[in-house]
Amino acid sequence: MRAMRAFRPGEEVDFVVIGSGAAGGIMAKQLSTAGFSVVVLEQGGWGKYGHEQDYTKDELLNNNPAIDDMLMTDPVRQPNTFRRNATQEAGPGVHSYGCVVGGGTVTYGGSSWRHLPWEFNEASTVGTIAGTGMADWPITYEELEPYYVQAEWEMGISGQRVDTPFVAPMSKEYPVPPVPLKSSGALLKVGAAKLGLTVVPGPLAIITQPYMGRSACVNCGMCSDFGCHVRARSSSAVTVLPIAVETGRCEIRPRSYVYDIPVNDQGRVTGAMYFDARGQQVFQRARSVVLSANGSETPRLLLLSKSRLFPEGLANSNGVVGKYLMLGNGASASGLFEHELNDYKGVVSGAAIVDYVPTDPQRGFYGGGRMTSRGYYTPIAMGLNSLSPDQPRWGAGYKRALREEAQHRMNIQCFTTQLPLETNRVDLDPVVKDAWGLPAMRITSTSHPDDIRNMEFFRQKSLEVLEAAGATKVWAGAVNDSRGSAHNRGTCRMGNDPRTSVVDRYHRAHDVPNLFIVDGSNLVTGGRNHPTMTIQALAFRAAEHLVRAARAGEV
Amino acid sequence: MAIDARSRRSFLVNSASGLGGAWILANYPAIVAAEEYVLAAARSEEQVRFAFFTPEQAVEVEAMAAQIIPTDETPGAREARVIHFIDRALVTFERARQEDYTRGLTELAAQTRQKFPSATKFSELTFDQQIALLTDIERTPFFNLVRTHTITGFFASPVHGGNHGKVGWALIGYDDSLVHEPPFGYYDALPPAAVSRPGVTGGQQ
Repeated sequence: MRAMRAFRPGEEVDFVVIGSGAAGGIMAKQLSTAGFSVVVLEQGGWGKYGHEQDYTKDELLNNNPAIDDMLMTDPVRQPNTFRRNATQEAGPGVHSYGCVVGGGTVTYGGSSWRHLPWEFNEASTVGTIAGTGMADWPITYEELEPYYVQAEWEMGISGQRVDTPFVAPMSKEYPVPPVPLKSSGALLKVGAAKLGLTVVPGPLAIITQPYMGRSACVNCGMCSDFGCHVRARSSSAVTVLPIAVETGRCEIRPRSYVYDIPVNDQGRVTGAMYFDARGQQVFQRARSVVLSANGSETPRLLLLSKSRLFPEGLANSNGVVGKYLMLGNGASASGLFEHELNDYKGVVSGAAIVDYVPTDPQRGFYGGGRMTSRGYYTPIAMGLNSLSPDQPRWGAGYKRALREEAQHRMNIQCFTTQLPLETNRVDLDPVVKDAWGLPAMRITSTSHPDDIRNMEFFRQKSLEVLEAAGATKVWAGAVNDSRGSAHNRGTCRMGNDPRTSVVDRYHRAHDVPNLFIVDGSNLVTGGRNHPTMTIQALAFRAAEHLVRAARAGEV
Repeated sequence: MAIDARSRRSFLVNSASGLGGAWILANYPAIVAAEEYVLAAARSEEQVRFAFFTPEQAVEVEAMAAQIIPTDETPGAREARVIHFIDRALVTFERARQEDYTRGLTELAAQTRQKFPSATKFSELTFDQQIALLTDIERTPFFNLVRTHTITGFFASPVHGGNHGKVGWALIGYDDSLVHEPPFGYYDALPPAAVSRPGVTGGQQ
């Protein structure tokens, strides 16, 4: 491995890429291997980049990391606020996301579902819904399909191509086979079979065989929220970023907290201003900027980047930046079974019921989703809050219940739609500041009534499947309208019309010729709340066009 | 179970290296004291100095913990040495909770005297009296704090002082080897025909 190239901030590089997650990592790799110089500015630290074997599997340490070991945003230094609607004063928010070299891909569950073909034009096919921002994408599934294949093969996705209308058609099989079926998956099949439903293996960014120099998953069970110590999770940090660094044209600069993307008098961006690890302000000059900071930080950064030319925020002349936010809606139910599942072993989830992915007008509302089986419980979480309702919280009864239930429980976690509403948005909190003195992110969100009805539908279906699978006890909490999470999408939507979208079909900001926005913020509709694979496919496609444009001198 | 003092210390230095210099300088002696204490406790059955609790406080907290996860035919919080975990936590990542314990224990003594005028300490109550008192206070922040710490210590890695001999993991059937081969449980061990009807699309393995 060669030493990483280091650029001087005053040196004008071809591209600054802001963010190193699902999209940023791919952009850095594609641009640098095409011959361009790239500086990647990442908010978070290195994590265990290059020595992944050191990722802790200690649940307590992982939950209480030292600052250098943090893999997610620090709620103390990076507070955010939340409100249900614009008439309310925002209170403390719970939004968090991956904050480390590799971004959220370092710790995510790895679900890698493609959007289905009709999800790109639901406004035309299902119809627009009054009061929502439902719109067709400016690209089709057919245009994106080759990049899905590229993403699946370059990142390393396990799965199995299946022939069902509920899963996107694939022109090529997955590079490695699916994860082993767990007991929760086997029970999902039992329940699904009784109800006439379809179970498919979930595509996962977790490799099941050695692939591209990485080793296969060992089913350690300390999976989602933990770094992967055998490099089986196909994060940006173990796939695309090392290739970018190896070109000798890409520098990853962690602990770089970008707060402004300045523009010159010609309306072109000139680089990025950031606070380095010591709190010093640094300006990295660049010919073009790629913004891949995720669906919540990307609009925040644009709104922070106010200038004479863009008084309402960069690339925001139409006021669309930050709007149409989609968070992570879902529903879940749990059940107990006679025999042991030991579902703490293995990946979080490897099987899903997909029959309810499409909207069914017969249900009386817009919406769909996937029902995934899972029984993921680490020991501390198991002790603190895994027991079924009405069990004692302490004492002899609590201990007995733990013994009886710990390995006998499974969950069905549903990932469901959220309609894009103009009133759901990211903007800047007028009062709360982060540790760098910048306005904190403020989230305003209330799901559309159809989203809530859809969640109720999935909650009920989950209970039915668990009962059909033979559960001895089932339960489900009330559905919750999301307050923030990973999976935030929609805040810099892609479109052909500069009046109603932020970027064009090639991710170029309508307002700024050398600013490219590539991440979950571009999603016009949210899919079934499994965005990462689509973000990765979009990034490969965006990079191809960007390389072509840059070579032609059209950036 | 042997814990290597040298690797433990280097772990401490490594894991703390990201904290601000001032924080680590101010806290390093306390952290080392706590770590050394945990090490010593893990090595021997002898009484070891507490880093935060007085011996009297430790007896009270341990009595509460032993009611939250009691000893029956299997080990409870006492055998898991949860008190060591809590003591260590209160000088490291749960420093902010020190005052909650100091005040909570004072209140516990007052509640004990009020409910059982002849008693002075919670730990001296009979088993059933202790349960009665804790039932009275089971919705209080202090009880919930001790509950959270007790359960966390019982199920956290033994390197943090509790879960001695992995008795917590044994209770819930958790195997910490971190390498597992399918079948994992009863249902995925059944032949596919038993869990899948013919014709289900995309059946796996």
